[in-house]
Amino acid sequence: MLNRESLSGRVFDVGNLILLIGLSILTLYPVLYVAFASVSDAASLMAHSGFLWKPLGFSLDAYKSVFKNPMITSGYLNTMFIVVVGLFINILLTSFGAYALSRKSLFYRKKIMLFIVFTMFFSGGLIPFYFVVMNLGLGNTLWALIVPQAMSTFNLIIMRTSFEAIPESLEESAKIDGANDFVILFKIILPLSLPVIAVMLLYYGVSHWNAWFNASIFLQDRALYPLQLVLREILLLGEASGMAEGAGDSDMAMLSATIKYATIMVATVPILCVYPFMQKYFVKGALLGSIKG
Amino acid sequence: MMVFTRVLKDVTKNKMLYIMLLPVVLYYILFHYWPMYGAIIAFKEFNPRLGILGSPWAGFGQFIDFFQGAYFWRTLRNTFLISVYGLLWGFPAPIILALLLNEVKSKYFKSTVQTITYLPHFISLVVIAGIIKDFTSSKGIINDILAFFGWERISLLLEPGLFRTIYISTDIWQHIGWGTIIYLAALTGVDPERYEAAKMDGAGRWKQMVHVTIPGMMPTIVILLILDVGRLMNLGFEKIILLYNPGVYETADVISSYVYRVGLQEFNFSYSSAVGLFNSVIGFTLVMFSNWLSRKLNDTSLW
Repeated sequence: MLNRESLSGRVFDVGNLILLIGLSILTLYPVLYVAFASVSDAASLMAHSGFLWKPLGFSLDAYKSVFKNPMITSGYLNTMFIVVVGLFINILLTSFGAYALSRKSLFYRKKIMLFIVFTMFFSGGLIPFYFVVMNLGLGNTLWALIVPQAMSTFNLIIMRTSFEAIPESLEESAKIDGANDFVILFKIILPLSLPVIAVMLLYYGVSHWNAWFNASIFLQDRALYPLQLVLREILLLGEASGMAEGAGDSDMAMLSATIKYATIMVATVPILCVYPFMQKYFVKGALLGSIKG
Repeated sequence: MMVFTRVLKDVTKNKMLYIMLLPVVLYYILFHYWPMYGAIIAFKEFNPRLGILGSPWAGFGQFIDFFQGAYFWRTLRNTFLISVYGLLWGFPAPIILALLLNEVKSKYFKSTVQTITYLPHFISLVVIAGIIKDFTSSKGIINDILAFFGWERISLLLEPGLFRTIYISTDIWQHIGWGTIIYLAALTGVDPERYEAAKMDGAGRWKQMVHVTIPGMMPTIVILLILDVGRLMNLGFEKIILLYNPGVYETADVISSYVYRVGLQEFNFSYSSAVGLFNSVIGFTLVMFSNWLSRKLNDTSLW
């Protein structure tokens, strides 16, 4: 076999390997840099310039400051609340919609689907949306981050496609026994759809975890800020120095450099721990979504 | 009355389904259709005391103000350029990566590279923007490297000439891996016998790629390209407003970020809604056009 492979083929293989390893390093390096910097000694990091291939010294001071910051703790709790309550509503409504719209007996199926899909291509715009949320009395509450995100059309289509693939014969015997649609959905369809539910949990969960914009326009009370909004203040509006309290003035400026990196780690690690285990599922999800929409 | 009995029959037969659909339809009415109705604010001179409905009509006045104002061409040009350059560089990137991954023989190596390149897709925009800001600052790692080669240290995000490059290259970095999923899936549908047949005909690796692999991906490529062209005007503002600053508005300020700034920071509601509505209408027209084109060329369309 090997002999049949031409020389140019082998050169290509080696080049390809190097290219892909290079790309992997390019992808991982910024994340590794942040990880190394977050546990580095603040003074050495300030003095350092250029690449970082390992932590400079070792210090967890930055993490201590991060976890002492009340905004980080409250941000974490608010985000957890949004993710948990949001996911519950997401899964419930999306499976209701997906189930109903996957039933061929529903006469207005196509019309309702068009009514829903149309919103993917046309929107009233940011300002009217802002007014609606405020008029519903959701302003300055965490519900402003949950209710308007109760469903995503893209995810609804994925779930519907997956429900449509379940053979109808499975439900027929239940129907003969007099089971109604709610029973069929919860007892037959959903238990058969665990992979697509996993995809939904990942997609909706990541979008709740990473969302920051709606929080920035709807929340005034800082105690309600989700994690990403706290992060924005620290990373982009330059408020890291305020966190290094207790340290002396010059130490403060130094510690703020590592605090930035520690904050990123604290906010990102949970997601990075979850996604590799979901890979099998989200690849499948991306395919279901691509069939239509 | 035929229609009425038909509806009645359907509703009684599918009562449970309609109960399930009730919250779903309610959601779409509240958060998607009500804002479309609310967009009439764009045709008014909004006065907070009078409310949207009570405010006096302004016809197309707000639109005309926008078209004649100083920001029309700037935001339109920036939206168009960021989108088009983004498409030009960003569209082929995952295709090339998918082709390279497809040539890898070791399954283990391939799936490791895939897992790594999916990673940035899951990182939040706030964190991405934070890392970009840190790396491009005058004391950041990119300047460390440039300084090593004798360049002067500059804060890269303050350079109008660099904004698009930073925006697009980091976008590719974030999404290249994720983008390969769909192409690699298309390749699993290629009949292995076609590779065998090509080998029989004496085709080497390169010829197999050109004559079997790429044709296998072609339908997916065409559909995604048409879809992306349809989305050209729907450029989001989240990453833009996280990264930009007044010093780079001339290249960074796009229509959607302008709507955000004028509407929610300067509270000029009617005018910004008009700008937003203009963007929505153009965007919708493009989607319809590309969908029509897709049906003509490809016999596939969204609806």
